[in-house]
Amino acid sequence: MKKLLVLTTALSGFALAASAQEIAVMSWGGAYATSQIEAYHKPFTAKTGITVVDVVADNPAAPIKAQVEAGNVTVDVVDLEYADAVRLCDEGLLEPIDPAILEPGADGTAALDDFLPGAVTECYVATIVFSTLYAFDESKFPENPPSTIADFFDTTKYPGKRGMRKGAKVNLEMALMADGVPAADVYATLETPEGVDRAFAKLGTIKGDVVWWEAGAQPPQLLADGEVVMSTGYNGRFFAAAVTEGKPFKQVFDGQVYEYDGYAIPKGAPNLELAKQFLTFSTTTQALADQAKWISYGPARKSSGPLVGLFMDGKTEMGAFMPTSAANLTNALPSSYEFWVDRDTELNERFNAWLASN
Amino acid sequence: MAELSASSVGLTTADGRPLKAALATAQQRAKRRAFLLVLPLLAFIVITFIVPIGQMMHQAVYNDGFSANMPRLAAWFAEHPVGTDPDESAWQALALDLQDASAAKTAGQVGTRVNYEMSGTRSLFTSTARKAKGFAPPYRDAVLAAGAKWDDPVLWGTMRQVSRAYSGNFFLAALDMTHDPQGNIVAMPEDRQIYVNLFVKTFLLAGLITFTCFLLGFPIAHLLATLPLRWSNLLMILVLLPFWTSLLVRTTSWIVLLQQQGVVNSALVATGVIPDEGRFQMIYNQMGTIIAMTHILLPFMILPLYSVMRPIPPSYVRAARSLGATSWTAFRRIYLPQTLPGIGAGSLLVFILAVGYYITPALVGGASGQLISNLIAFHMQDSLNWSLASALAALLLGAVLVLYWLYDRLVGIDNLKLG
Repeated sequence: MKKLLVLTTALSGFALAASAQEIAVMSWGGAYATSQIEAYHKPFTAKTGITVVDVVADNPAAPIKAQVEAGNVTVDVVDLEYADAVRLCDEGLLEPIDPAILEPGADGTAALDDFLPGAVTECYVATIVFSTLYAFDESKFPENPPSTIADFFDTTKYPGKRGMRKGAKVNLEMALMADGVPAADVYATLETPEGVDRAFAKLGTIKGDVVWWEAGAQPPQLLADGEVVMSTGYNGRFFAAAVTEGKPFKQVFDGQVYEYDGYAIPKGAPNLELAKQFLTFSTTTQALADQAKWISYGPARKSSGPLVGLFMDGKTEMGAFMPTSAANLTNALPSSYEFWVDRDTELNERFNAWLASN
Repeated sequence: MAELSASSVGLTTADGRPLKAALATAQQRAKRRAFLLVLPLLAFIVITFIVPIGQMMHQAVYNDGFSANMPRLAAWFAEHPVGTDPDESAWQALALDLQDASAAKTAGQVGTRVNYEMSGTRSLFTSTARKAKGFAPPYRDAVLAAGAKWDDPVLWGTMRQVSRAYSGNFFLAALDMTHDPQGNIVAMPEDRQIYVNLFVKTFLLAGLITFTCFLLGFPIAHLLATLPLRWSNLLMILVLLPFWTSLLVRTTSWIVLLQQQGVVNSALVATGVIPDEGRFQMIYNQMGTIIAMTHILLPFMILPLYSVMRPIPPSYVRAARSLGATSWTAFRRIYLPQTLPGIGAGSLLVFILAVGYYITPALVGGASGQLISNLIAFHMQDSLNWSLASALAALLLGAVLVLYWLYDRLVGIDNLKLG
C-alpha cells in the first residue's frame, strides 16, 4: 500500500512537471489539424521541448466563448474563423496580440506589411486563406459534370442528395450566387429583407435533398459513403481526400466563399507566454509555407507564396488547388466579416426556424 | 395503591423524570443520528441538483449584459418614465458608458444583449465604442456623428427594456413572442416562430416513442415473466446487455444499419426487394429518431412491466378461462388490469426520458428529427444565448411537472411500480 502511494505521488509529481511545459491548441480536427501538427506542433516541440496538445472542436469559437465566460479556460491557443475572432475580440474574450511579436518576412519585410491586408488584427493573426466550396463524386456524373454553383442547386439536371453545413453562413451567399446574383452584390442583397427571403427561397428548392453536416470532416465522409452525390465543404478537406486517399472528388471553385482562418489566444489562457511563443513560431514565412505542403490552404503571408511548391507526396502541384490562385477566383466571394459579426445571431435563428418548419 | 396513584399522574423514570419526556429525548437523539446518515445524500442533491436548477431558473430571467456595462444609461432609464425623449443627460450617459465599455472591451456584450431583442444593432455598439474615445460635448451630436441609427426611437425603447437586469423577455422569446415598438406583447413573425411548434413536436414524438415501446415491450415482458426461470434469465440477458452498452455505441450502430448505403438498404437491394435507386431514407430524419430512441428506451419499459408481471399467478387467468371467458376477455379483464402499475411506471419513465433526449436525435435526427433539447443545446453551445436556453429548459421542466401532476390525478402515483 505504502509503495503504491509513493508510486502514485511520484507519478502525479511527474505529470505536474510535464504540464508546466505543455500548451493546448484547439483546432478543427481532421486533415486541417494534421497539417498544423506537421507544420507547427512538431517543429515547435523539436525546437523548444514544449509539448503541444491538439484539442478538437467542430467550431472552436463556441467552446472558447463558453470557457472564458465560465472562467475555466483550458486552452492556450485557438484556431478561429475571421468573423468569429472579430466578434470574440469585441466582447473582450481574447488576449490582445502585440504585432511586434511577429517575425518579419523572410525577405526582411516588416510583419504587418508582409501579411495580407487585414490578416493581423488586435487579437488575431491569420495563418491561412481557406474556402468553402462544393465538390462532387466524379463517378456519379461521368458525362457533363457540374461546373457552376447553380448546378449544385439543380436537382433535376443533377439528381441526388446534397451535403450542406448546418448554419446560415456561406449557404445564404451560395444560394444567392446560384440564383444569379453577382458575387460583388451578394452582401448588399443580403442586407435587405427581400434578399434574405430570396436566399432562403433558393435554399428551399433543395431542402428535401439536403443532408446537413456540422464537423468539417463530415463532407468527404458523406461523399465517400455515397450518402450524398455532392457536398459543400472546406477545400482542404476535399483535397486531402482526393489526393492522399485517391477518392474521385472534384472541387468546383465557381461560387466559392473564401476567408481567413488563424490563431488567437483566449483571455485567461493558462500559459500565456508559451502561447505567444507558439504564435511567433507558427506564423513565420517558412512555417506558413510548410503548412501548405500538407493541405491546400493559401498562406496568409505574401513572402510564403513563392515557397509553396509541391504537396508532400512530391508530385502534386498545389497551385491548382489553392483558393487564391487566379484561375479559381473568376467567380469567388470574399466572406464579409462586417456582415456576419452583426447578423450571425439573427440569421442563424431564422435558419433554425426554417429548418424546423416542414 | 401507591402504584395506581403513580399511573394517574404519569409514569416516571428512576431519576424522577416523566417517562414521556425521557422517551422523546431518546428518540430525538436517534432521529438526529438517522438524519446524519442521510445528510451526505441531502447535501449531494442540494449541491448537484437543486442549486443548478435554481441557477438555471435565475439565468432565465436575469441578464445583466446591458445594465452592468452601461450603468449611467441604465440609471437614466430608471429615473425617467417611459416615453421621455432622450435629453442631453441621456446622451451624455450613453457616450460616457460607451467610452468605459470601449476601454473595458465590453461593448460587444452590450451590443449582443440589445441584438437579442433588435437584430442588426450589435455592430452599432461595437463601431461606436471604437470611436468613443474622442467624444466631447455636445454628446448628442458626437454620438450621432459616429452612427446615425442612434436617433431611432425604437432603439431607445429596446435599450430601456434591456436596461433592467431582470425581465421576462427570454420567456417571451421562448414562446415565440416579442415586444412591438409600443411595448405590447405580440407574436413573432411567422417565419421566426420555432419553439412552440418544436415543443408540440417533442411531446408528440415522445408520446409516439412511448407507445411503440409499450407495443414492443409488453409481449417481451410477458414472455420473460411466464417462461421457466432458467430460460427467462437467459433471455433477460438479451434485454440487459444493450441496456448496459454505451448510448453512443447503440446510436452509431443504428447509423451503420439504417443509412442509405447501410446494412438494411444493401440487403434489400441485394435480395431484389427494392431497386438500387430506390433505397429508403431511414435515418437523418424523424424516422431515425423514432427507431433509435425506441430501441434505446425499450428496457425502461420492459423492466417495470416484468417486475409487475412476474408475481401475477397464472391461476387467475386459468380460473377465468374455466368459468367460460374467451382468451381475449380473460386477458382484457383479468391480466391487463393487474399489469397497470407496470404500464404506468414504464410509460412515465420512457416518456419523461424521451422528452429531454438529446444525443440520439442530434446524431440521427437530421433536420426533421430534432427535439427541443437540441435547440437548448444549440443556445448553450453555439449561439451562447444562455438566458434563452435557460428559459426553454425551464419551460420544458414546467411542462414535465404538469404532466406528472396530471398523471398523479388520473392514475395515482401510488399505482406506480418501478421494480
